[in-house]
Amino acid sequence: MGFFDKLGLSRLKEGLSKTRDTLKEKLAFVSKGKTEVDDEFLEELENILVAADVGVETTLDIVDAITERSKGKTYRSEEELNEMVMEEIRKLLVESSHDHPVDFDAPLSAKPYVIMIVGVNGAGKTTSVAKLAHNYDKAGKKVVIAAADTFRAAAYEQLKIWADRAGVPIIGQGQGADPASVVFDSVSSAVSKGTDVVLVDTAGRLHNKSHLMEELAKIMRVAKKKIPEAPHEVLLVLDGTTGQNAVQQAREFTKFVNVTGLVVTKLDGTSKGGIVLSISRELNLPVKYIGVGEKIDDLQLFDRSSFVEALLEKENGKAEE
Amino acid sequence: MFDNLSDKLELTFKKLAGQATINEVNIGIAMRDIKRALLSADVNYKVAKKLVEDIREKSLGESVIKSVSPAQMIVKIVNDELTEIMGGENQPLNLPPKKIPAIVMVAGLQGSGKTTFCAKLAKRLKKNGKNPILVAADVYRPAAIEQLRTLGEQIDVPVFSVEEPDAMKAALGGLEAAKSGAKDVVIVDTAGRLQIDEVMMAEAEALKNRLSPDELLFVVDSMMGQEAVNTAKAFNDRLDFDGVVLTKLDGDARGGAALSIRQVVEKPIKFMSVGEKVDDLDVFYPDRMAQRILGMGDIVSFVEKAQETLDLEKTMQMQSKLMKNEFDLDDFFDQLQQLKKMGSIQGLIEMVPGLNKMVPKQDLENIDFKPIEAMISSMTKLERKQPEIINGSRRQRIAHGSGTRVQEVNMLLKQFSEMKKMMRSVNRLAKSGRKITTENLALDKFLKR
Repeated sequence: MGFFDKLGLSRLKEGLSKTRDTLKEKLAFVSKGKTEVDDEFLEELENILVAADVGVETTLDIVDAITERSKGKTYRSEEELNEMVMEEIRKLLVESSHDHPVDFDAPLSAKPYVIMIVGVNGAGKTTSVAKLAHNYDKAGKKVVIAAADTFRAAAYEQLKIWADRAGVPIIGQGQGADPASVVFDSVSSAVSKGTDVVLVDTAGRLHNKSHLMEELAKIMRVAKKKIPEAPHEVLLVLDGTTGQNAVQQAREFTKFVNVTGLVVTKLDGTSKGGIVLSISRELNLPVKYIGVGEKIDDLQLFDRSSFVEALLEKENGKAEE
Repeated sequence: MFDNLSDKLELTFKKLAGQATINEVNIGIAMRDIKRALLSADVNYKVAKKLVEDIREKSLGESVIKSVSPAQMIVKIVNDELTEIMGGENQPLNLPPKKIPAIVMVAGLQGSGKTTFCAKLAKRLKKNGKNPILVAADVYRPAAIEQLRTLGEQIDVPVFSVEEPDAMKAALGGLEAAKSGAKDVVIVDTAGRLQIDEVMMAEAEALKNRLSPDELLFVVDSMMGQEAVNTAKAFNDRLDFDGVVLTKLDGDARGGAALSIRQVVEKPIKFMSVGEKVDDLDVFYPDRMAQRILGMGDIVSFVEKAQETLDLEKTMQMQSKLMKNEFDLDDFFDQLQQLKKMGSIQGLIEMVPGLNKMVPKQDLENIDFKPIEAMISSMTKLERKQPEIINGSRRQRIAHGSGTRVQEVNMLLKQFSEMKKMMRSVNRLAKSGRKITTENLALDKFLKR
């Protein structure tokens, strides 16, 4: 705690200790006064994880790891037991690499830094692009949005409204245009104008439609013509309410484009987004941001600890059997 | 993970001693498999638990028929159970014929596909001789109105909207517009909302109370996970909707959410959305959905879809050509045009059990129509009739003419010859009256070698 005092972060500390106090009440799996891992405990944990969309295989792995780790052990307190469980789960979540900073203030490795946003239909790509633009703009970076969703009706108009709200320029050619050419224009303009960040909004596509996935790969290739390293990041936007299919989505998208991280949206609802544990484990993809609402400010940096806590949190008693 | 519950169960029973009968021991393990299959398909864990208990009881009571394996029996029991929960039969849209205009209201979470569905429904109703109007009551999402307007233009259906962010005003205005414009169905598209957003749910409720829709449809993304149940329940508690629309079924999600929703809210699933085009709407077939959840393909849908879209005469011609093994690249070209009408090849292939495993996936994924069409167009008549004459220099010319590479021409020719081989196998099976299954096709291929 002295660490926080030194940094003068007393407010953060306060917030944290508050979290600690209520944690015990909020965690769904703690049977009162339990300090050892028994069958009842494991079964409840399993239910909670499955109910949070973690998926059967990953759930069983977590349960196995915890069984193994706690063999013959008695924990001093519920908190200690909880912490052990949470640590096991946190382990599954990889962190974003240094080349792809999560913090909007952090210096970027290239200028312009091209970020491509991809995902299935209705995941929340356009809204996420707007939020990212807003955050980079707030951090003093010069941003341009490339409206490369030229397929969906009125996608450009939607993005234009968002861009205006964020006070960021947008480049687009309207419905039916070639998305790759929009990207080329945007990147060229960014180079000549000294823009820091190019955010490329792409059309939603289901990962099992190969011709649409090929189109993504083509957009990437065209971006590379102008800047060989581009796109520097590819963010896969994942609807937080999605179930097991999300793994398949991530798998397919990574096959066609070099996905560097995830944006998990719609976590302001009751869904927990537990499937990212499976994605992180299988594909080594970090979650970078989470979407928690429809307003331009509703984007948060991903925090492993709070995510895991939320995952195990009791909500309206629904985790109870 | 396994593709198919029946394969998995066969394997389980093979590993067990005394596999000839269903008994307490093997059924326990089989039930574990079934539960995992259901969970992996996103069936809600509580629903899955109850389901497995029911299936267990039914399986134990069942006497074993000699000709089938216990695994097959259990799969059948599971399939029947799931189909029954899904509602047995398809339930149509219930619009009272004498009420003009009839009102359809659409609600759901953000990004579930409401706006696209509204347009598809309008198109479908129009095809059935109705005269619909679309109402843009999603007054919050940026450009939602423009989106509906653009779709409306595509299908030539008018769209009513208002300037101010007032959903009620839009809805009531739309109703008036329908009356004055002699429209017989009003389709009201509402904003996406979370079930825990009190203000937005109250808005939906107010809309419902004021409009008294004849059909209030809840639109849900088929990829949704465990929370589908709670979401549907919350919408239903508040809005008491009439039916469910499942979207994005052209993806590869198993769609277990459909089962959970059906089980918990007991409302019929009326439509399923299978693509981004305005034609990509289908009525819901419970039995096929049950099979999809279990990963057992959807042969019936495939056959029907093919029948609906394919030009019958051409199909007959094609069939006789296939039988005589006269199928050439011209026919292939024609068939591509027809396939395009039906949606993606991948989607079709996935509907046929086993075929998705049999046809190398890479080959399929690489099929992009445009270059193929260009290549075939760059061939001479003779080349199209007798692809085997296409030698190296011809390949180069074709590649040059179609703006492709020689490798692509090679690939096309290879795929074409593979396809012919497969067609021959299918034909033989069809002639001999055997079922077209993976096993039989593989067997035929093997025997031919």
